[in-house]
Amino acid sequence: MLRIKPDQKQRVTLTVNGRTVSGFAEPRMLLTDFLRHELGLYGTHVGCEHGVCGACTAIIDNVATRSCLRYAVQCDGLEIETVEGLADADGTLNTLQKAFNENGALQCGFCTAGILMSATRFLQENPKPSTDEIRDMLSGHICRCTGYEQIVRAIRQASGQ
Amino acid sequence: MKPVAFEYCRPDTVEEALDLLKEFGGDASIISGGLSLGAMLNMRLVRPKALIDINGLSELASARAGDATIATGTLVRQAAAMKFPELMSGVPLLAKALPNVGHYQTRSRGTLGGSVAHADPSAEIPLTLVTLAGAVKLRSPRGSRDVPAREFFHGLLTTDRRADEMITGLTWPIRREFTGYAFDEIAQRHGDFAIAAVAVAATVGGDGTIAELSFGLGGVEDRPLVAETAAFVGKPATDATAADIANTVAEAVDPMVDLQANADYRRQLVRVLGTRSLSAAFAEAAELRESA
Repeated sequence: MLRIKPDQKQRVTLTVNGRTVSGFAEPRMLLTDFLRHELGLYGTHVGCEHGVCGACTAIIDNVATRSCLRYAVQCDGLEIETVEGLADADGTLNTLQKAFNENGALQCGFCTAGILMSATRFLQENPKPSTDEIRDMLSGHICRCTGYEQIVRAIRQASGQ
Repeated sequence: MKPVAFEYCRPDTVEEALDLLKEFGGDASIISGGLSLGAMLNMRLVRPKALIDINGLSELASARAGDATIATGTLVRQAAAMKFPELMSGVPLLAKALPNVGHYQTRSRGTLGGSVAHADPSAEIPLTLVTLAGAVKLRSPRGSRDVPAREFFHGLLTTDRRADEMITGLTWPIRREFTGYAFDEIAQRHGDFAIAAVAVAATVGGDGTIAELSFGLGGVEDRPLVAETAAFVGKPATDATAADIANTVAEAVDPMVDLQANADYRRQLVRVLGTRSLSAAFAEAAELRESA
């Protein structure tokens, strides 16, 4: 059985966007904070920190879920996908990102990383979603700028519809 | 916010988890999906000395169908439950309730047992279990016990679970003959906690009258409850009776008051959602009779 004392810093090794990386975390360190402060991956945003706003959504072991409700020590050995992994190494945006760009599906961008990660996994599971299905998925994200309509359009475009 | 410092424990067996509960004597929290507990921890509404992470206990992540019930391990994720055909066809009320539970990004990780352990009065999974008269399986070093769901929820975030016990699973009664099921709720946004939710299981007899009825209410009082409807058994299963039942129950409840709704509004939701759902369940049961 694994036990980590409250103030003990434990090495945590993850595969993030295909690369093996590691850092140290006390048990109470959120995965979000680990990604940002230990690994320097600032793309994943910290919003409400209680699972409501969706800004921190990442793909953890093939599941799109809240990274603020996971502790880094729970994720040792897991595969994580974050927004940094979407574009090509030369910065060329992927299909989903291009669709967001072309449809004006972001303004301030705070919620965008989370929505992109949700939509990425969602489209893998459901490649041709209906508008209602997209809206249902989006209900797990709060965006205060765009009004969602452009986001729905962008996801439809990315799915080739 | 960030949680207070805690010890992190990842047991390899249920026995080890139980040993940890005993060791910390009520000062440890079991974490499964963490969709509710994580939020409570981050807001420091709970300050446990230790977290017991049971996500590795794969024996708690499966579902098994029996003759009259389906047993789900406490770790069955909500999204996984929705993809388990035997559970969805065997327990139609759960199939109707689950799309209302949180969001795509929370159902993917949130568990059936975690929602029951957390015991939010507006949560859909506890309401469904109570309406169907299911049961909660608990284990401690003293042994196992099954608690009827209707006795498990004591009040806001308070249950019959003792400090040395953990929930290992839930027991769902399989659908009954000539029974219609309906679920409905009102929330500020789809997937948010319900301001009020209703769940109905209604069996209609060959003469078109109500043979058995279970009318569950969530988000109305401090725990999911089943309304007193015995006086309506034997009455015609019609829209008029549905309205009658909902109106009677709306007068009898003692609704919570919070920032989202006052008591009158919650009573009105019991009337409106109750009438709709009772009617829908009666119609479904009648259709099953006709096609039999």
